[in-house]
Amino acid sequence: MSLPRPELDPGHAAALAARVTARAAREGLVAATYAIVDSPVGRLVAVVTPVGLARLAYEDFDGGVDAVLDDVAARLSPAIVEGPLDDLRRELEEYFAGRRRAFGLPIDWALVRTPFTQGVLRATVAIPFGATSTYRDIAAAAGSPAAFRATGNALGSNPIPIVVPCHRVLGSGGRFGGYTGGVGRKRALLAIEGAMLAL
Amino acid sequence: MSAVTTGLPPFQRFLDAHAGDVLRYLVASVGRHDADDAFQETFIAALRAYPRLRKDSNLRAWVLTIAHNKALDHHRARARRPVPVAEIHDRADPAAADGADGIDASGEHWERVRALPPRQREVLTLRYAADLTHAEIALALQCTEAAARRAAADGLKTLRKELPDVPAPA
Repeated sequence: MSLPRPELDPGHAAALAARVTARAAREGLVAATYAIVDSPVGRLVAVVTPVGLARLAYEDFDGGVDAVLDDVAARLSPAIVEGPLDDLRRELEEYFAGRRRAFGLPIDWALVRTPFTQGVLRATVAIPFGATSTYRDIAAAAGSPAAFRATGNALGSNPIPIVVPCHRVLGSGGRFGGYTGGVGRKRALLAIEGAMLAL
Repeated sequence: MSAVTTGLPPFQRFLDAHAGDVLRYLVASVGRHDADDAFQETFIAALRAYPRLRKDSNLRAWVLTIAHNKALDHHRARARRPVPVAEIHDRADPAAADGADGIDASGEHWERVRALPPRQREVLTLRYAADLTHAEIALALQCTEAAARRAAADGLKTLRKELPDVPAPA
């Protein structure tokens, strides 16, 4: 036998832990805050740094919440806590309800691997709500007109789908093209935006 | 995007995994009343150091060592100031020792442990409230494993005179 371990009130440790994360965020001790956000296209894992939105992952498409956060921890910093992220939640909610055409939250490009990819994603951000573009046009807008295949790969590695609207980029010659969360989601997002598709 | 899983877990997961153990240890070592503040200090200090921590660290022993240092701060500060009258009253009042204010039956054991000489108190709380091994305790206290075992045995010997169900030295 041993000295009895002290008993704890149920939920007390969790309540204290929540106080730690709130204080940590207030005192600027965290590198990023994350939240799980329900949406009409499935659960999303959002990661926001002091710079802006760095990651928006489709939970089922990126290996689950833990895998997404492990990746961010390894590439950005492990000082990551859960938080409310109310502004982002509201903006996403408005977007999915068709009431928001542009996102106000700044973007943090920290998880974008190469300058080329960043150029492609920046060109993609410029495609307006409800409009579409092509890999070829985005390659040209990113300054590398010949690199439209690499552009497809760059869009496929988009760490911030929906907000960086890679779903608005289609193949040339009437092809729909792939999507980082599956083509069903690409179709759903374009439908929310009322994009005119001849497909 | 391909996942990289070789690094430290996100701090939130680390916090969730060890919050209960750290709180249990602090309740034993500083008492229920002061455990909440010590818990805050422990995890805020852990967060400050976390990004520079070695990836292969024993996270549980690491955070309990930080908790131990916060408990030490608490005991040093306490030794420098007189015990408030209200606190003496609390301790003498058996009604305050169970039930309503969340103090359980094990409270008496740990109150007696807190009255032991510092090294014995430290070893017994780390061994039986934090469930660290003697080797981990020796690291936390920067003493030898033999010294940790001796302090535990001495502490338990004193406790056995006062309490019926205290274990024989391990």
